[in-house]
Amino acid sequence: MPKITSLEDLRKIKEQAKDLTSARSGGKTRIIVGMGTCGIAAGARDVMTAILAELDKRGLKEVTVETTGCIGMCQKEPLVDVIRPGEPRITYGNVEPKDAARIVVEHLVNGNVVEDKVVGRTD
Amino acid sequence: MALYRAHVLICKGTGCTASGGPSVYSAMQEELKRRKLDREIMLVETGCHGMCEMGPIVVVYPEGALYCRVTPEDVPEIVEEHLYKGRLVERLLYTVPSEMTKIPHYRDIPFYSKQHRIVLRNCGYINPEHIEEYISRDGYQAFAKALLEMTPEKTLEEVKNSGLRGRGGAGFPTGLKWEFARKAPGDKKYIICNADEGDPGAFMDRSVLEGDPHSLIEGMLLGAYAIGADEGYIYCRAEYPLAIKRLKNAIAQAEELGLLGDRIMGTDFSFHLHIKEGAGAFVCGEETALMASIEGKRGMPTPRPPFPAQHGLWGKPTNINNVETWANVPQIILNGAEWYSSIGTEKSKGTKVFALTGKVKNTGLIEVPMGITIREIVFELGGGILNDKGFKAVQVGGPSGGCLTEEHLDLPVDYESLTAAGAIMGSGGLVVMDEDTCMVDVSKFFLEFTQRESCGKCVPCREGTKQMLLLLEKITRGEGTMEDLETLEELAQMVKRMSLCGLGQTAPNPVLTTLQYFRDEYEAHIKDRECPAKACAALIAYTIDPEACKKCGLCAKNCPVNCISGDRQTPYKIDQERCIKCGTCLEVCPFNAVHKD
Ligand SMILES: Cc1cc2nc3c(=O)[nH]c(=O)nc-3n(C[C@H](O)[C@H](O)[C@H](O)COP(=O)(O)O)c2cc1C
Ligand code: SF4
Ligand code: SF4
Ligand code: FES
Ligand code: FES
Repeated sequence: MPKITSLEDLRKIKEQAKDLTSARSGGKTRIIVGMGTCGIAAGARDVMTAILAELDKRGLKEVTVETTGCIGMCQKEPLVDVIRPGEPRITYGNVEPKDAARIVVEHLVNGNVVEDKVVGRTD
Repeated sequence: MALYRAHVLICKGTGCTASGGPSVYSAMQEELKRRKLDREIMLVETGCHGMCEMGPIVVVYPEGALYCRVTPEDVPEIVEEHLYKGRLVERLLYTVPSEMTKIPHYRDIPFYSKQHRIVLRNCGYINPEHIEEYISRDGYQAFAKALLEMTPEKTLEEVKNSGLRGRGGAGFPTGLKWEFARKAPGDKKYIICNADEGDPGAFMDRSVLEGDPHSLIEGMLLGAYAIGADEGYIYCRAEYPLAIKRLKNAIAQAEELGLLGDRIMGTDFSFHLHIKEGAGAFVCGEETALMASIEGKRGMPTPRPPFPAQHGLWGKPTNINNVETWANVPQIILNGAEWYSSIGTEKSKGTKVFALTGKVKNTGLIEVPMGITIREIVFELGGGILNDKGFKAVQVGGPSGGCLTEEHLDLPVDYESLTAAGAIMGSGGLVVMDEDTCMVDVSKFFLEFTQRESCGKCVPCREGTKQMLLLLEKITRGEGTMEDLETLEELAQMVKRMSLCGLGQTAPNPVLTTLQYFRDEYEAHIKDRECPAKACAALIAYTIDPEACKKCGLCAKNCPVNCISGDRQTPYKIDQERCIKCGTCLEVCPFNAVHKD
């Protein structure tokens, strides 16, 4: 690694190192993927991988990706919840890997809910 | 893939390493790989969380779930349930002892939620072997800010205004000490970190060294800059191999990034840091003895003045601080003196790390704001007395601290109040004692330690503590007289006044405080030949109640000296002459027929 010669250098390392610890700090946008038995059967695993790939591609760091068990909407699996601080919790249903990019770009980056996939909304 | 959705932190501090942390780590590594999760879940090894008793500790983020006493066999379940399906593994979560409730989140555990972590902020949270993780948590920001934007004077001023005082025992104002060294004439100056941590049961410094070594290095860089030193030593206890390994690694990383070495960040400031392994004796933690030891001489204290600030290491102006003191400095510079001095009491600012041990439900390391009461520490963080017995006393300040009682429970913990009550802050040992503890026995125990560690250079300490110990032994055997009690008290005062170094000056504290607050217990040993807590072997007898004895013979079978006789027809009986008072019979009797009086 090159030597640090300015505050700028240090900030750069800090910025790069952020993904190292960001998942530990919480308090940001959360994406929650339903990984109950039916979720997994419906392909939730591929959705999760697609979401992670998209987040990585866009360099989004202030996002945590969690998994959760069955929430009783099995016919709509795979389910993905997005919770942005101070906004209602949006639940997307029948999510396919190809929807992952849309959800990340539209909802997380631009702040627009992807209406055609919404199956629930809670405060 | 660079983005990890979850982090699994496995503690590899000394405590958890001993209880099996490393095998949990490798099991986790394998399992993640097997389930093909190793590219989206990051495995991190950390330093001590302060909860070693519950180790090996595993924390899973983003949820912040804390799992206790994890074994390699638990790993597949954690991966399947938590990491794959997002369901917490209930049975491994931390249980609050008083309510038997499970707590899913790290930060909600009473043991942590009451803490204020400044020095320990990164311990158990970052990987201490990666400088990037430290930097991602604002590491080296304070140093860069001081070096590039503040003068040394301003840096020193900030530390002075923060009110930080030495955490190694005496509580001397840190900024003032730095100023002495800064103003001392000479172009070669040294700074030293005292990481000797000799108090039995203490591990606060160790956990910083192991869990966040860069915070110490950054603190020392700031000190060196403020004082005008270009060379430093970390004097570390040789019994801390993991700490030494992590320090070496951290120093190498800081050198590689140009944060240590010549002309740091393109300025005129240079600083080189060395590690020196301790010589092993308790007295080597005393500053003059410590410097002698670094110079390769025998570690024995010398009279002060001259003070290290004038005539220290190799005769040069030297500033020496404790690990915890140094580790506070980066946060002070980063957040300002005003922020720091808003925590704590009028004369004791900031936080203190304590090692809470003894008869409490939660033991471990805690960092609390100065001014917290002993009651809060024992009953809230500590969760109360083990087995719901009565609280009797708390010994504060390590082997040369003092014992405080029930009436001190609401005492705010700061330098002044503790000293006024006869105890000391010391390095931060807190031993809680319940009703079954004999206070005469306790003071004997601590004096045995200090007596053994006396370096023998000065007579009051060497001979005085020996005589005191003989008297205490006599009293606990039930052979003491009231004159002995007076002699003991006089000796204690003499040793305290006349000893050369802090070891002798503080060694009588446990005796003096117990004499002050528990005199009746000493008198009971002397006048009634009785140990009220039933702890002193010579003053108790085990007997078997012939009515209650069911003649099962278990006690006789287990007695290590075979001094119990009886058979199916005759109730069992203990031969008092041969009994060694080990208490085994009492423990094994299923019918509570054995009594201790
Ligand atoms: C017998 C004896 C043992 C000591 N052991 C330690 C020790 O292990 N660690 C420590 O930091 N200070 C120890 N001290 C205190 C040091 O002499 C010194 O006061 C301290 O390192 C100064 O740092 P501070 O101002 O940051 O507290 C000991 C003192 C005495 C008298
Ligand atoms: S206290 Fe120990 S030595 Fe004495 S009788 Fe009981 S088992 Fe034997
Ligand atoms: S163990 Fe208890 S009941 Fe059994 S023989 Fe001994 S005293 Fe009697
Ligand atoms: S070593 Fe793991 S909690 Fe202390
Ligand atoms: S054998 Fe009968 S009580 Fe022990």
